Amino acid sequence: MGAADDTRRSLGLVETQRVVLYTEDDPLVLDSGETLAPVEVAYETYGERAPGDGNVVVVCHALTGDAHAAGHHGDPTRPGWWDTLIGPGKPVDTDRLFVVSANLLGGCQGTTGPSSTDPATGEPYGLRFPLFTVSDLVRVQRRLLAHLGIERVLAAIGGSLGGMQVLQWALDHPDELANGIVVCATARLSAQNIAFSAVARAAIMNDPDFQDGDYYGTGRGPDHGLSVARMMAHITYLSEESMRQKFGRRIQDRDEPRFDLGVDFQVESYLQHQGKTFLDRFDANSYLYLTRVMDYFDPFQDADLVRERLARCGTRFLVLSFDTDWRFDTSHSKHIVRTLTAHRVPVTFREISSPHGHDSFLLEVPDYHRTVAAYLDRALAEAR
Amino acid sequence: MRPDLDVIASLVPPGARVLDLGCGDGALLEELMRRGNDVLGVEISDDGVMACMGRGVPVLQDDIDQGLDDLADDAFDVVVMSLTLQAVHRPALVLREMARVGRRSIVSFPNFGHWRLRAQLAAKGRMPVSPLLPYAWHETPNIRLCSITDFEALARAEGLRVEQRILLDEGGSPVGGLAERSPNLLAAGVVYLLGR
Repeated sequence: MGAADDTRRSLGLVETQRVVLYTEDDPLVLDSGETLAPVEVAYETYGERAPGDGNVVVVCHALTGDAHAAGHHGDPTRPGWWDTLIGPGKPVDTDRLFVVSANLLGGCQGTTGPSSTDPATGEPYGLRFPLFTVSDLVRVQRRLLAHLGIERVLAAIGGSLGGMQVLQWALDHPDELANGIVVCATARLSAQNIAFSAVARAAIMNDPDFQDGDYYGTGRGPDHGLSVARMMAHITYLSEESMRQKFGRRIQDRDEPRFDLGVDFQVESYLQHQGKTFLDRFDANSYLYLTRVMDYFDPFQDADLVRERLARCGTRFLVLSFDTDWRFDTSHSKHIVRTLTAHRVPVTFREISSPHGHDSFLLEVPDYHRTVAAYLDRALAEAR
Repeated sequence: MRPDLDVIASLVPPGARVLDLGCGDGALLEELMRRGNDVLGVEISDDGVMACMGRGVPVLQDDIDQGLDDLADDAFDVVVMSLTLQAVHRPALVLREMARVGRRSIVSFPNFGHWRLRAQLAAKGRMPVSPLLPYAWHETPNIRLCSITDFEALARAEGLRVEQRILLDEGGSPVGGLAERSPNLLAAGVVYLLGR
């Protein structure tokens, strides 16, 4: 697919909308029992709703995503984070599907999170924001659908933390999703995964400007820590092979090494840029909370509960992994597949070959896109 | 649907949960789904997996030669492997795995003891080619050819009980009469229903 082709198949200009879903009279009750209000949610929708809502697809974003999944906000060269997948004629085909994409609870792109104002104090929550779970993320997604008057979901789709929400959704509400598309996700972080999260949080929380999370309005914040966290996380999103191809040992802006301790190699410059640009769009406290949500995620832990829930599960699954993903490698997806099939839940599984590591789910990998398109085609045909 | 798949479908009890190893384009499983069976396929080829998705047949893309680690003991009532045994690297392992994950196995394969194949090798001295074994020796995926006698010896050694045996002609349709007298010579293919 060429660039011109992409433009033609873009959704074009889209807008983020906001809605207050929980108020003080009707607060969000979290898994922990704590309550939260108000809760505002930023979301976007693409395509047209079919009569009877047989064509609704819910997009669940990953750790640092936002509501703006596809189309653009005025600059066509800066499309939404899943614009490769969502749009007219694309695998999530907005000519036929109605797509809902919301920013997660605890995020920082329009949905209530640690940077929002705590009505009790008039100040940003910071670390007084309650801890929450993937089930809580799902709870808010469902409330948005209720607000939109949507009762049936053809498919929920997500990569990484997004896929974790899809899985939790099907477990919590076995009769709600006709289909769940779970891409390079996990049902349980490994020790290594948690270790990476721990170092990221340490970088943020040990930054002298972190100020116990109350850095808002002080003119300084844990920028250094947050950018280090992002740099490190970014390494886990790429495969070694893709880094070798992209950067090798090349030197930035010259032929000979400077031979100093500054930024010399291209890969250093790239990571530094990734870390810096991340500061413009992400809040350090949100990063702490959302990584913690992932660490505690373990929906298959209670075997009896899983058996009881999956026995009633009406969701069919498409589970995909990428062969060079080492963040959540194929064994994570197979763990999901194994558990679902053991409880007779219909699953289709593919390990897609792609050189791009965990990041593959955001990129245009032809086999991956063909698979999602074929699966949704069939799902739509069956819904009719 | 291939005639041998009709034979296999007729051996699957109503309501049984069925696993099809090397399910190809999912034709058998689609038919069984239509009959109300709960199904799952395993297929290694991209084309096969995509075709299964087009039919709405749940399928795991995997290599059955690596074992069936992702499937639990007794997860299925029936495990099918149609015209695939001769293409796996480790047939004994695969048969053992089938017996582990399912109460019954249904296995079909081309009978290399068939007189026409014997004649081709004996008369022409060349590797046989037939409707059920259509490939030239250098490009065939069929690397573990066996006769009915060979298979029954392996099944015995693996502790598998033959509950039913249906002989097939060269078109894959059931054949009786004379063939029953000397199956290893006269049947082009065979379907077994195995218990453990």
